[in-house]
Amino acid sequence: MKKLLNFVKSLEPKKGSLGHTLYDGLFTFLFAPNEVTADGGVHIKDRIDLKRTMVIVVLALQFCYLIGMYNIGQQHFVALGMYESFFEGFHLKLAFGLTKILPLFIWTHLVGLGIEFYFAWKKGHAIEEGFLVSGALIPLIMPPDLPIWILCLAVAFAVFLGKEAFGGTGMNIWNVALLARAFVFFAYPTTISGDQVWVAGFDQIMPGAVTDYGWWQTSFCNTIFEWFGWAQFDPGATIVDGFTGATPLALAYEGGWSAVTDVYSSAQMLWGSIPGSVGETSKPLIIAGAAILLITKIGSWRIMLSGLVGAALMSMIFNAWGATEFMTVPWYNQLLMGSFWFAIVFMATDPVTASATNFGKVIYGIMIGMIGMIIRVINPAYPEGWMLAILFLNTFAPLIDHYTVLGNIQKRLKRA
Amino acid sequence: MEYINIFIKSAFIENLILSYFLGMCSYLAVSKSVKTAFGLGLAVIFVLGFTVPVNWLIANYILSPDGILGTDLTFLRLILFIAVIASMVQLVEMVIEKFSPSLYNSLGIFLPLITVNCAILGGSLFMVTREYNFGESVAFGLGGGFGWFLAIIAIAAIREKMSYSAVPAPMRGLGMAFLLTGLMGIAFLSLLGIDPNAF
Repeated sequence: MKKLLNFVKSLEPKKGSLGHTLYDGLFTFLFAPNEVTADGGVHIKDRIDLKRTMVIVVLALQFCYLIGMYNIGQQHFVALGMYESFFEGFHLKLAFGLTKILPLFIWTHLVGLGIEFYFAWKKGHAIEEGFLVSGALIPLIMPPDLPIWILCLAVAFAVFLGKEAFGGTGMNIWNVALLARAFVFFAYPTTISGDQVWVAGFDQIMPGAVTDYGWWQTSFCNTIFEWFGWAQFDPGATIVDGFTGATPLALAYEGGWSAVTDVYSSAQMLWGSIPGSVGETSKPLIIAGAAILLITKIGSWRIMLSGLVGAALMSMIFNAWGATEFMTVPWYNQLLMGSFWFAIVFMATDPVTASATNFGKVIYGIMIGMIGMIIRVINPAYPEGWMLAILFLNTFAPLIDHYTVLGNIQKRLKRA
Repeated sequence: MEYINIFIKSAFIENLILSYFLGMCSYLAVSKSVKTAFGLGLAVIFVLGFTVPVNWLIANYILSPDGILGTDLTFLRLILFIAVIASMVQLVEMVIEKFSPSLYNSLGIFLPLITVNCAILGGSLFMVTREYNFGESVAFGLGGGFGWFLAIIAIAAIREKMSYSAVPAPMRGLGMAFLLTGLMGIAFLSLLGIDPNAF
């Protein structure tokens, strides 16, 4: 083992070259470094350094990746009216999901890490690994069929203007992954909202539309499946009558809870067999990820809990108000729809952009819950509110902290 | 209910800074610490909340053809609005100097410059073009001021926090402030599109 380490060390290129930057980034990713503080980088206060922290978050996201990959395939075949139960056509669903999610994942990392490496090299810093989490989050919050060039633009925007301009990892004010999504949302709205975009593999979601398979499905996967004698992709399959691809939220906005239950059962919504962004749909697996974050104390339970309380509270207020059909959806059912769990577990708890003080975290969480629910229920322009609610509260997090600290100072002065 | 709608709309949805980019000069210049930004923000709320209704009275009872003078004097609108604003600002300045000399010193030239703060005059002109009545113009003045106040203390807190950041040299100072303002604009877009009259 020691020999291996020494051998790897001997490969280290000269300081200041691009090779050294790359080497250093890879080395500290694979082995915990001996140095205590990287010069000019992030300070280590704990045995667990930034890279280890990030890796735990990425691990917690793997559940979402697995179910997201399966669900892309599942929604695709539900639209075709084939293989509707869980294990039927399992290999087809996974293969289809993989061919959709891998390009998203790879391009996000190519663009994001590319920019990150470039800046690290130019500044002469060690590579800051902050993009690992953002890069793992971004594919999960995009629609499966998002054009790759839009994804690359969004990632470049978020990493350049959202992070590197602020000084790199740990200094950004707004959540990088959400900025990427907001960029797509405002610059290319038709690719990320409406009923058309959440089911992958078709040019257009309408009865009779034919599947849009590429080389990976028809040649690569089908050859392998033929080999094993398994079912294959059928390039001529068409969407069944009556399939609209509408998400539960779109349905609820039109016709309240009864319109949702006509199409989706509660169990479906709980386990995530519904159209949506890649990683947001399955609540139990997101909660499993949340458990990892909570046990390792990387995610803040204050933010998660107060976010939950805020969202529940606001939907109860809407229940009591009841001016539109959507407002009358019971609060526990509101939590079943949309991306609330994903946003509150993985986005709101980002330690860089959230409030840093304990009391501030409670305020921050409750406000996210309430504003997100307000946007979802009464804003016809946006189907879902958590992205914008979190960006909105990221804006105010420093202010909340400022006044929390002032309040604490006042309290102690009084006590003294 | 109508007044609450207008207040919320002018504070968040049609925020004077983040959706009309009015009042940028003092917004960018005085947002380096939360304390002074808070003081200036309060001054702007007060000035806007007072000048918009006063200008409403002037526009409707003196300048309009149906007013007490009976002639169409709307060409005097800009001059009279500015005069009202300037005298209001003088008053605020005297009050602040008397009660908080430290704030007066830290605001410096930007306090009298509220006079030419585009947000204030813009508020009065919006009030005219949107044909608000008196109660609505009070709500609009206060709401617009509150939105301005919120935006400036938020960016001041962010800039205070960012004093520890290793911002790349070309981006330091104003460049960063502009970038922050733009990204804040994205965050404030969250409430765009709500139609308060739908309920």
